[in-house]
Amino acid sequence: MSGAAVEYEPVIGLEIHVQLRTRTKMFCGCELSFGDEPNVHTCPRCLGLPGTLPVVNAQAVHYGIMIGLALGCEIAPRSQFHRKNYFYPDLPKGYQISQYDVPICGPGKLGEVRIHRVHLEEDAAKLVHVGESGRIHGADRSVVDFNRGGTPLAEIVTEPDLHSADEAREWLNLLRTTLRAIGVSDVNMEEGSLRCDANVSVRPLGSDQLGTKTELKNMNSFRFLAQGVKAEIERQTALLRAGEQVQQETLHFDPASGRLTPLRSKEQAHDYRYFPEPDLVPLVVTEAMLERARAELPELPADRAARLERDLGLSGERARELAFRPELGDFYEAALAAGGPQLDAVALANWIPPLVERIGSDADPAGSRVSPSALAALVALVSSRAVSQTAARDVLTLMVQSGDQPATIVEREGLGAIGGDDSGLAQVVAAAIAADPDAAEKVRDGNMKAVGPLVGYVMRETKGRADGGEITRLIREQLGL
Amino acid sequence: MSDALLNLTAAAAAAAIRAGELDPAELFELYRERAAADSLNAFSWLCDGAPDAGFDRSTPLAGVPLGVKDLFCTAGIPTQSGSRILEGYRPPYTATVVERLYAAGATLLGKTHQDEFAMGSSNENCAFGPVLNPWDRTRVPGGSSGGSAAAVAAGLVPWALGTDTGGSIRQPASFCGIVGLKPTYGSCSRYGMIAFASSLDQAGPLTRDVSDSALLFSHMVGQDANDSTSLAFPEPVRMPARRELSGVRLGVPEELLSADSGIDQGVRESFEQTLSLARGLGAVVSPCRLPHAPHALSAYYIVAPAEASANLARFDGVRYGLRVPGNGDLESMYSATRAAGFGPEVKRRIMLGTYALSSGYYDAYYGTALRVRTRIAQDFQRAFEQFDFIVTPTAPGTAFELGAKSSDPLAMYLNDFCTVPMSLAGIPAISIPAGLSEGLPVGFQLAGPAFSENRLLDAAFALEQAIGFDGSPARAGGRA
Amino acid sequence: MVAMLERETVDHVARLARLALSDAETDVMAVELSKILDHIEAIRTLDLDGVEPTSHVIDVVNALRADVPHHSLPRELALASAPDPVDGGFGVPSPGASAQ
Ligand SMILES: [Zn+2]
Repeated sequence: MSGAAVEYEPVIGLEIHVQLRTRTKMFCGCELSFGDEPNVHTCPRCLGLPGTLPVVNAQAVHYGIMIGLALGCEIAPRSQFHRKNYFYPDLPKGYQISQYDVPICGPGKLGEVRIHRVHLEEDAAKLVHVGESGRIHGADRSVVDFNRGGTPLAEIVTEPDLHSADEAREWLNLLRTTLRAIGVSDVNMEEGSLRCDANVSVRPLGSDQLGTKTELKNMNSFRFLAQGVKAEIERQTALLRAGEQVQQETLHFDPASGRLTPLRSKEQAHDYRYFPEPDLVPLVVTEAMLERARAELPELPADRAARLERDLGLSGERARELAFRPELGDFYEAALAAGGPQLDAVALANWIPPLVERIGSDADPAGSRVSPSALAALVALVSSRAVSQTAARDVLTLMVQSGDQPATIVEREGLGAIGGDDSGLAQVVAAAIAADPDAAEKVRDGNMKAVGPLVGYVMRETKGRADGGEITRLIREQLGL
Repeated sequence: MSDALLNLTAAAAAAAIRAGELDPAELFELYRERAAADSLNAFSWLCDGAPDAGFDRSTPLAGVPLGVKDLFCTAGIPTQSGSRILEGYRPPYTATVVERLYAAGATLLGKTHQDEFAMGSSNENCAFGPVLNPWDRTRVPGGSSGGSAAAVAAGLVPWALGTDTGGSIRQPASFCGIVGLKPTYGSCSRYGMIAFASSLDQAGPLTRDVSDSALLFSHMVGQDANDSTSLAFPEPVRMPARRELSGVRLGVPEELLSADSGIDQGVRESFEQTLSLARGLGAVVSPCRLPHAPHALSAYYIVAPAEASANLARFDGVRYGLRVPGNGDLESMYSATRAAGFGPEVKRRIMLGTYALSSGYYDAYYGTALRVRTRIAQDFQRAFEQFDFIVTPTAPGTAFELGAKSSDPLAMYLNDFCTVPMSLAGIPAISIPAGLSEGLPVGFQLAGPAFSENRLLDAAFALEQAIGFDGSPARAGGRA
Repeated sequence: MVAMLERETVDHVARLARLALSDAETDVMAVELSKILDHIEAIRTLDLDGVEPTSHVIDVVNALRADVPHHSLPRELALASAPDPVDGGFGVPSPGASAQ
């Protein structure tokens, strides 16, 4: 009986691996690649040949510092690398060089989520299953491709500050956007340059103690992350409701079935025997290194969104839409600058989604045939009622196709607004009322929904060039309302 | 003619070649023939003949043949670090120090046997049989650079490269009656040296005399972009010339020479005689304290195996070397390959190091050992405020009989008692032959502060002149 | 004298190190490691309070490399020593799969 009324609260922390966008690997000069033939980007170092030694890529350190600054982290003045020892075919040295007790970045915060730490390490190689071996009867065989092995990684670990699957997905999107904006990674989950594990537990609402957590791996898309976390919250909640215990374990997410399956306990029994990497000297972040990283840091998406909302009056949602895709924000701000102080910033912002819709949802408007100043000019035409909202959408379509200036298109296509006293719009409205006396009667009786057919008649007659607001005003005027 | 040629040091031979007085091909052929007739098991690989590219007389080393310890990677040439697990392995690249010596004109004569992965003090841990001591073939040459030491002492090669982790250059030099220099940690690149214990390993020369040591060393030093732990040597390496030791202060550490330190009577007598000679040259000899030195061996036998346990994890049967399928599954392949590929001493140290790093023991063992290491380095720093060099016997005894200590690992480890403290502190130390005890060479060790190699070589040279050690019996075949 | 290492401990360490030891080898290893650990035990009695650990004897920091590509190995050379080269890669028994 006692448990019946208990509500449970999920507690979620994320561990994110980000492949850094350096030219070369973390500890050797092999070029980073994706999708190349196997084992064409290897050298004695990243194959773990006897006698080789690692040398740290300065650019990876630079990116690590940039990430730390972007996430508001304390940058450790002195950090070091450790060896994390375990055997696996994708790990050529039998240990991964990582950071352990002193990572390059300490505590920080992004949005509402506290960052625990950020550290640098090397990625493992790729293991591809090839089926049954011809040599050993019945044994499964895999092939190791070391192209990816040694790619620089930053591991970002959050505090358990998230409380739902949707929150986790949204925050991961903020992180992704931030990392992309600062240019340190391609942050592509499908290609594996952004990988996310989640630690999930649930506890009775109001409790300040953490429940037993499980670790969820292999959620390689935003959708899978939300799916996996949601499924795990439900599973744990059901267990606790049934009076059972959550086992601490690692669960593997299967995208095909959407199910979580535990990894075998043998694979979990790790004793990594960390110790300071004797082949590498300590990393000391100098003031000059910090300066350089600060100088290269653009305005961060969260800061930009706040500024667009605060200074330009955009809605929070629109501001984030523009800020979280820096190319959209950049185009928007360029158009705003081109339009001059008279241009309505909110109206301009509302024209970005229609533009994106016309150029393809992933395309960068800077690469389209529409220039920022042309979009600003279109918005100005609409604002001055020279072109109606509806006609302006057609103008935009033609701008995307031809790259012509909006005024040219309006002129050529005769899309200028019909309005004002000498435009003949009043006569068209009168004709509409005459053509549908039933509708006119209903409007006169106070049913404003009935205005639709009348407006539709005028729009058809004017080919959309008339302004909707002006039509409604004239209808009311002529009906004596 | 060939005896006169054989008795030339490497430096003298190089000078003669450069002066046009000696044909490098003749010198090379002499050594190639002697090495081919090697009955000491000193070589793991020998070149077929003179290099196709010939010899460049204008280079500093003028084509003088060189022996290289097996664990240095040499492109296309077998490199196994004395282990079965690297069966048939030929690296695709060459170690930096070997490249540097090639560039200075050295010619590779052969690769030399060693204890497996440099773990051992007798060369009996070589997977390809023990190397014999040219002074007495029933005895060990020391280790782990035993093949290099024996080959140089026996005149199978003019000089050779070794590596020293806890005494692996100095102790075989002592057993074979030659000069062995362990340089300051970081002065020679470790790139291409198959690692035993990364924070301790250092390459160095094994030579007939101190001048050869300085010459070979001078072409090995230097910072290497491929080794983050390498440093620029702060000054040019000079050829030693000093013939007296006036005012030089030598400290004799009480802790390493106490009654229970296990040093043989004959070694003690030789050591005292050398001290007398030093005094005669003007040196001031007095006792000094290294309070933590007796604990160096314990710290070493935690730090070195711990690092080794990780360094040797790459030998897993996946990318190179031996693979034993076991039951056919991955875990069984790993365990079977490593069980078959590694010898008993290597397994012992991997086990020891894995244990010392494992969950629950790290602080007790590895953490403690790193703190003892700090204390040992501080002891030396204090001592060098009052002394120019610390001197000790290199090893507690002379070359022992084959098999004498192979059943007792701990007794074997005690051989490193006097050499390990310097390794942990990363400071340079040199072993020079001080004389014979019962017909076997005895080594005298001098250690100085980091980067004091020039002064160290000078002092060793002065003592060498005074001692006048004759190494020719070993070249003539040793005692019957 | 430290207590003799338990067989289970030796087995556990051998598994961590991926070394197949026979029963006899395990017994010998337990004795030898115990002797060595017993010798080492003395350093655990030293007063090392406040002493910093030394993991590097040299005073160097920031040995960094410019992010400039070098030539990678030709694949034939990378695979030249591979015990089981297959499809341009290094063949291994699949992790997790157990043989009959
Ligand atoms: Zn590489």
